[in-house]
Amino acid sequence: MNPNNYLILAAILFTIGVYGVLVRRNAIIVFMSVELMLNAANLAFVAAARNTGTLDGLVIAFFVMVVAAAEVVVGLAIIVTIFRTRRSASIDEASLMKY
Amino acid sequence: MKVSVEYQALAPIIILLASGVLSVLVEAFIPRTLRRPIQLMLVLASIVLAFAYVVINATAELAGDPLVNGGQVKGLRELAASGSIAIDGPGMVIQGIILLISFVAALLLAERQIDPQGDAFASRSSTLPGSEDERQFTAQGWLQTEIWPLYLFCVGGLLLFPVSNDFLTMFVALEVFSLPLYLIASMARRRRLLSQEAALKYFILGAFSSAFFLFGAALIYAATSSVNFSTVAVAMENSSQDGLIIPGIGMIAVGLLFKVGAVPFHQWVPDVYQGSPTPLTAFMSAATKVAAFGALLRVFYVAFGGMRWDWRPMMWVVAVLSMVIGSLLAVTQTDMKRMLAFSSVAHTGFILLGVISTSAAGLSSTLFYLLAYGFTSVGVFAIVGLVRDASGEATHLSQWAGLGKKSPWIATIFALFLLALAGIPLTSGFTGKFAVFTAAIDGGATPLVIVAVVASAVAAFFYARVIVLMFFTEPPVDGPSVVVPSALTTVAIGTSAAFTVLLGIAPQPVLDLVINAGLFIR
Repeated sequence: MNPNNYLILAAILFTIGVYGVLVRRNAIIVFMSVELMLNAANLAFVAAARNTGTLDGLVIAFFVMVVAAAEVVVGLAIIVTIFRTRRSASIDEASLMKY
Repeated sequence: MKVSVEYQALAPIIILLASGVLSVLVEAFIPRTLRRPIQLMLVLASIVLAFAYVVINATAELAGDPLVNGGQVKGLRELAASGSIAIDGPGMVIQGIILLISFVAALLLAERQIDPQGDAFASRSSTLPGSEDERQFTAQGWLQTEIWPLYLFCVGGLLLFPVSNDFLTMFVALEVFSLPLYLIASMARRRRLLSQEAALKYFILGAFSSAFFLFGAALIYAATSSVNFSTVAVAMENSSQDGLIIPGIGMIAVGLLFKVGAVPFHQWVPDVYQGSPTPLTAFMSAATKVAAFGALLRVFYVAFGGMRWDWRPMMWVVAVLSMVIGSLLAVTQTDMKRMLAFSSVAHTGFILLGVISTSAAGLSSTLFYLLAYGFTSVGVFAIVGLVRDASGEATHLSQWAGLGKKSPWIATIFALFLLALAGIPLTSGFTGKFAVFTAAIDGGATPLVIVAVVASAVAAFFYARVIVLMFFTEPPVDGPSVVVPSALTTVAIGTSAAFTVLLGIAPQPVLDLVINAGLFIR
């Protein structure tokens, strides 16, 4: 199977992630969509590593997984704090600051 | 391939990250009463030591390859960590600026006299705002020192970001300095709902943009089979895969322009600057912007230098939008911190002029502007933190009326910073703008400079409005007052004011320094 198809799949997953961030209202779902974008990038790295015959992409995939895990820790901490304060994880309701 | 680590070249980064680890241990094992002095010593000592190493590296007698140096330029210039990190002239200048700003900002973060309840951070950030727990912890005078490990990791990441020489290192550095910032942003003592909201917005948008950066890097990797900037630059010359390269450049630009806060990726700036604890805003508005511009310069000069005809039009649009929208929206603001945030967006546009010139003059003038703007920005937010009433900081513009009559000194220094931001001669802002505009005209961007001058005129209006408000209106009856800070904040404001004046009346030594810094190595 042509490895380029995996690049296309990665682009589709990334677009789904972007759509989720822009459209969904629950902070957790938005956050999941961001993770989907990171994983799409991972898939692109691995597919490109196969395509180009280099190892960099595979190594990067591991780094990205670690970074994503760290981001989950910080992100969930912030979202849980907001949820405890407001009893809601909706990002639309966090709107005290506007023009 | 032999893997090597050049410890001396990397010493500043290693010192900061190692102190971060130490600082976590201090937090875990040292009794509460001793923590603050120890943490503060650790932070200030590690920043000073790292700065000393930057100076040593920058003045080392011909330490690097004599062919690279040509026997002319002093100082270390080498690719460290197997080509992942490039310690070169501009990189070391940016590291130096970040360390200077971090030192001054650390003094602001450590201030404990401004707020009668303690410092600028919540007594316990885990308590619910307005709850009985929170009242008890505050009444018992609990103060947290947890920001210091976060701060050290953040500064370490900021030092790595502008010298990273491949997309992986750059992405990791980006996250290393961003994650602590998201957390500290949520920890304000007063107006905690705003602070938490700022952290949420900063985090969601920050993670969103770094995912763009990463996917862009993946596309570049797919096209050039490398993530190393020098290899990417060579591979792009001969590559026919524009379908991957152009979107890749665009997505990496999104990630970096978000961090510098350029329009149309600026929506987080006003909210995060307003909601965060003010000392952190001072740090963030200066140090993060310096580091992010350092990284932006390196990526677009080294990796994408050969593609400049493709990315310049995009940068033109971003620069014009940043200058115009930043200045216009700043005029409409009624909150001091928000107004300064939009002014920071406009300044991003001005600094982008230097990036667009893609010349040695563009690079050196950008470095100068970053130093000048960084210190002015720290000073301006330091003073914003001093004007308070019973409920905390008084940031509404109307509350600043007549401040010049009540506290002439502070109002005068604030006016000095505002004039520097507006770019009035004899302040650092003028020298910076002049250098950047000259470089942009030489680089063929005259229409942009015309827009920039018009935007500066609009910007001068809202800075002047604050000055008029402070000096020529009657103070309200129950208005806020200027709190007398401890020596920490006084030193911070004094240093910023000194830099602002000195870089305005005698900029030549610093101009020589940034010109001698030379170009990025490949």
